[in-house]
Amino acid sequence: MDLISEDKINSMSSTEKLRFLLDGVKSGNIVILEGGLTTEEQMQLIELTMTEVDDDFPGIELNGYPSKRSFFNLRKKKTRLTMIGPAKMMRTIKKDKDLISTVVSAV
Amino acid sequence: MKQRKKRKGVLERLRRIFFFRKAPAKIGLYGPPNAGKTTLANRIIHTFVDENEDIGTSTDIPHETRRAVRKGGVLIDLKAKALQNSYIKTATNSSSDSDPKPREKKSKLKLDIVDTPGLATKIDFHDFLAFGLDEVEAKKRAKEATEGVIEAIKWLEDIDGVVLLMDATEDPYTQTNIVIIGNLEARSIPVIIAANKIDLAEASPQRIADAFPQHTVIAISALKGEHMDDLYEEMARRFK
Repeated sequence: MDLISEDKINSMSSTEKLRFLLDGVKSGNIVILEGGLTTEEQMQLIELTMTEVDDDFPGIELNGYPSKRSFFNLRKKKTRLTMIGPAKMMRTIKKDKDLISTVVSAV
Repeated sequence: MKQRKKRKGVLERLRRIFFFRKAPAKIGLYGPPNAGKTTLANRIIHTFVDENEDIGTSTDIPHETRRAVRKGGVLIDLKAKALQNSYIKTATNSSSDSDPKPREKKSKLKLDIVDTPGLATKIDFHDFLAFGLDEVEAKKRAKEATEGVIEAIKWLEDIDGVVLLMDATEDPYTQTNIVIIGNLEARSIPVIIAANKIDLAEASPQRIADAFPQHTVIAISALKGEHMDDLYEEMARRFK
């Protein structure tokens, strides 16, 4: 399991970020991002994932908490944690606004 | 030079008068696989275009729709539909004198309906084997389904409004639903959530309304045609 700091993620370009995440997940890691991805980035990640789905890699399990509007900047949404894992290994059991339960199994 | 510019201006005005028409809004039917997108698309076409025409085939197998299908120029005419309903009611109910007058509906809206493939984060060919598909067929379907997801995402660039379908029997708080809604909000695309399959006993449209309180949720059964007028009225209001 990789826990990635917000600073590391913010230092990457959008393409680098998605490539980094997908490579990590494809090599069997569960990646947790401090700060998380925006919903636009999550959609791009789904799109990129779909180009790489094959018999051995069925895709990803994606989870996260919805973004929040920051108090001082009402127009900007603050993203929170995002968790990405291989769909073969990870399965979401329960999810609500403040709790995500998953089961992780060996391939 | 000035003369040529002026002539061009006149021609442009004439072109606008005779040829320029406001293009119908393109309304995408989005949602996860098996939410009932194609069933709803067929219901809309049956109601407003041709009762014998289908936009696609709906089955229990996920990712049945693997290419986006657009049906252009669908006229949502609520007034005509209300009159038709009132006529049917009068013909079938002899005590119609005691019934209240049908509600006047003024909305008329021309739309292009786009039935999109279901959005998902994973597509495993093994899942299709359970539906009786052989391995070759399952792998082919999985490959086409991945292309379908990409196509549905690309369509977001061209869409003017979205009816987001959710299966009211399932937990609505999935990351796929959150990602779709987040992207629609970021692009300022108007969205109506249709809580589908309310004909099933375990359906809970309220759960969807609770999960996404900032959006309009209409409870429907696309299969049985329940509460469709509520959805059409909301579509006419939001996508005008």
